[in-house]
Amino acid sequence: MYLIPEYQNIFTRVQVRGHLEAGAPIENGDYERIGKPVFSYWAGIFGNAQIGPIYLGVLGMASVILFALGFSIIGFNMLASVNWNPIQFIRQLPWLALEPPPPSQGFRIIPPLNQGGWWVISGAFITASVLLWWVRMYTRARALKMGTHVAWAFASAIWLFLVLGFIRPMLMGSWAEAVPFGIFPHLDWTTAFSIRYGNLYYNPFHCLSIVFLYGSTLLFAMHGATILAVTRYGGDRELEQIVDRGTASERAALFWRWTMGFNATMESIHRWAWWFAVLTPLTGGIGILLTGTVVDNWYLWGIKHGLVPPYPDVFGGVTDPALAAGARP
Amino acid sequence: MRISGWVYAGGAAAVLLGGLMVATAGWSLPPAKSQQIGYRGVGMVQSKDASVVAAQAKITAPPPAYEASAEGQRAKEVYPNLQVLGDLSEDQFNRLMASFAEWVGGEQSCAYCHNPENMGDYSKYQLIVARRMIQMTRTINTDWTSHVGQTGVTCYTCHAGQGVPKNVWFKEPGPTLPGHTKWVGYTGDQNIVAKNAGLTSLPHDALSEYLLGDRAIRVHTNTALPSGNKATIMDTEHTWSLMMHMSESLGQNCTFCHNSRAFNAWDESPPQRVTAFYGIRMSRAVNKTYLEPLTSTFPRERLGKTGDVAKVGCATCHQGLNKPMNGAQMLKDFVAELGKKP
Repeated sequence: MYLIPEYQNIFTRVQVRGHLEAGAPIENGDYERIGKPVFSYWAGIFGNAQIGPIYLGVLGMASVILFALGFSIIGFNMLASVNWNPIQFIRQLPWLALEPPPPSQGFRIIPPLNQGGWWVISGAFITASVLLWWVRMYTRARALKMGTHVAWAFASAIWLFLVLGFIRPMLMGSWAEAVPFGIFPHLDWTTAFSIRYGNLYYNPFHCLSIVFLYGSTLLFAMHGATILAVTRYGGDRELEQIVDRGTASERAALFWRWTMGFNATMESIHRWAWWFAVLTPLTGGIGILLTGTVVDNWYLWGIKHGLVPPYPDVFGGVTDPALAAGARP
Repeated sequence: MRISGWVYAGGAAAVLLGGLMVATAGWSLPPAKSQQIGYRGVGMVQSKDASVVAAQAKITAPPPAYEASAEGQRAKEVYPNLQVLGDLSEDQFNRLMASFAEWVGGEQSCAYCHNPENMGDYSKYQLIVARRMIQMTRTINTDWTSHVGQTGVTCYTCHAGQGVPKNVWFKEPGPTLPGHTKWVGYTGDQNIVAKNAGLTSLPHDALSEYLLGDRAIRVHTNTALPSGNKATIMDTEHTWSLMMHMSESLGQNCTFCHNSRAFNAWDESPPQRVTAFYGIRMSRAVNKTYLEPLTSTFPRERLGKTGDVAKVGCATCHQGLNKPMNGAQMLKDFVAELGKKP
């Protein structure tokens, strides 16, 4: 066992190259896979060197076209917002955005084009694109006689997307509550959202979402490290190890029992990771949905329910000057 | 597989543009100076760029030329067409004029405001503006001690030796100028580089809304559950834009005035927030009472893109410091001249 094979993975000189393969036959697809597969040296550095073939089909094509339309609407509105100046478009790109309708438009289904109408149209295209891509993931998984775990995990992300852009604005009766399409502007929105509703930090579903998000990264690192560490004993053959536990699994399990008293199994670690990932946007979406609809100030909600720790008053009792006579808020 | 030249060219362009974006972003480089200002472990910390702090520490105010006698003939008896400052002694008046030349006149000195052939000639617009600014300074020093305390302000606080103060602001209409179409490119008055809001993508003309108009700054609900507060996320972004202006103007973080766990809670705020509260109202009053009415007095080249007059914001006096000129007590030598009711 002293002869350790070089990992056929990221950052090695070894290229994963077999024969070019078309993949398992398609039994119930609309079309065949397209494109003659090729090898790419750069792809081989990170994973499988083979590129293609690809299957888009009707759903995939429709999804790509709708996304391209929605994306172009965003881009042209950004370009128009700097007076069609291409230099300013590149220079200010991270600042630019397609803004949702202003509060005065409420939840009108089609507001005037230059009052957020483009945002609604672009959002509709992108939503349709995402939903079609979901159907595609589901049907492609079925076509390969796989489980549909990937599609359901994707559905969890779509849930958060729909809550942010459609469900919550509908419940609040205003498109203006939705997120702009833009790099800095969507970050501004996120902070402003938290500030307006009294600090999302005290929203328990936000807490849960963070636990699952950070937990996902932790699990990912733990699992990746564990498998790499036992690859020399065949631990990288995870599927075989699930049904036929060998010394790699035994050592990995023992390692975690030694270090933290408990170990996941070769199968359950993947369920752990899947649920953590799925629960991140699922709980996050619930937290967003409750904000402004059910709770209007999370900090005060946190005080009411004992979530906010009291700290000593080090500033000596500052009071609102607007309450003083003659001052105006 | 051969990767086509386009991919390499595209990659190179992306790296170049990305590199330029990162290199021109105006970062604060380490070392940073940080200071705890609140209870431990709650992030009540002020972080500053050490090199900026070192440079700012050198900012001071010029000393008074000499001590002026309050005795003797009144200025209005010596200069019959005086409309302000007539009650000063001749000595005080002359010292003040010499100070104005130093504080505001720049290279032109007295001639910045006066016709050198006839000092009593009101033909230069600068003299009309200066007269009004003297009244403004006196109003600030007497009616707005809630903000300026006993430190007060003089012309030098804003002008720092120049005819036009460096940190004034104008309305920012955004790029909706000629050529802009009416059916595409809606930005909600934000989403471009906002000069008056710390170069963020926040609303670019918030100063007009809050320091000239009186748009409601507060957006929070004071109950845990909804109770009819109509303030939107967009309102919050407008308020935030004003706050960015304040933060940039004073060179302070949000935590200078707020406990960031509850931005609205006064009972958790540092006391500086009260001073800032009055500062906002002072700037608004000064802009409405003193500056806006002077619009037609100024020549076109002194006005902004939309033909509006130069206005004061927090940066006009503070110029990057929490206490203008590091708290230099200039007014105490000019109480008779600038510290009395107009």
